[in-house]
Amino acid sequence: MEQSEFIIEVSLENKPAARDPVAETIKRDLIAKKGYDMVSNVRSGQYLRLNVIADNESRAKEIVTQMCNDLRIFNPVTQNLTVLNVKKL
Amino acid sequence: MKTKIAVLMFPGSNCDLDTVHVLKNVMNVETDLVWHNHFKERDYDGVILPGGFAFGDYLRAGIIAAHSPAIDEARIMLKDGRPVIGICNGFQILTEAQFLPGALLQNDSLKFICKWVNLVVENNKTALSNKMKKDEVIDIPIAHGEGRFFTDNVKELEDNDQIVFRYADENGNVTDESNPNGSLGNIAGVCNLDNQNCIGLMPHPERASEAILSPKNTTHGRLFFASMIEYISRRIGSE
Repeated sequence: MEQSEFIIEVSLENKPAARDPVAETIKRDLIAKKGYDMVSNVRSGQYLRLNVIADNESRAKEIVTQMCNDLRIFNPVTQNLTVLNVKKL
Repeated sequence: MKTKIAVLMFPGSNCDLDTVHVLKNVMNVETDLVWHNHFKERDYDGVILPGGFAFGDYLRAGIIAAHSPAIDEARIMLKDGRPVIGICNGFQILTEAQFLPGALLQNDSLKFICKWVNLVVENNKTALSNKMKKDEVIDIPIAHGEGRFFTDNVKELEDNDQIVFRYADENGNVTDESNPNGSLGNIAGVCNLDNQNCIGLMPHPERASEAILSPKNTTHGRLFFASMIEYISRRIGSE
């Protein structure tokens, strides 16, 4: 099967039980102070964009998810991993 | 048999020489400073992962070092009961390597904190605390940006007696005011379940082992190293 290149975007975010002082500061000292009261919650995190060669989109997603688990790219004690987007190049 | 301890050096370690100095010149123990790629467990009775940084601490503090070959060597020591100690960045590495439970998050103040604090000893049976009394108050400095201990199961740690040190006031009371970084339950140091031979802590015993360095002229840091040496000699004696 011919392989293609995919771009996969993932985010790493602290679990809800773990406080996120970066986001708390952004919300309290910037967003709320500048009048954006309609913003009720903010969470910060990390973002990775990976180019992956794979047979298809679902296989590319599978490779990235497994790699993130195997290498502890995210720490399951404190973080959740979300695949945000998969796009064929 | 003579006790020999390894202090590992990762790219970015900066408390390695202080730790070697205290072990060699204050505690009089044979100690090698070992570049992480050269570390062979068979040569040592115990290992210390010192403070500082490792591989830039990119992604998360300790995660890249946790995948280094030195950690595979240290895992052999962990399993056969030799002491494996992580101080500050070493603690972060040991949690990321899953030698120890929990994780260290960015301080809740978002600031790097460098100051003297008090610890209260909760478990004095481990390879790093057997020379201390339970509930003893320890003077020691901290210096970290990511020291907020977090676990999703603190009760399990309490039930298993895996919490070794908590931040406390000078009378040993565990209070919110004495928690410097937002650590869950004021936890400053934990140990592994099996042999309690692996201990990680954020504070720096190597900076608290000589009176000239301490605002109160204390040398409580020596108790940590003396415990490690005692644990090793008991272990060698029982072989």
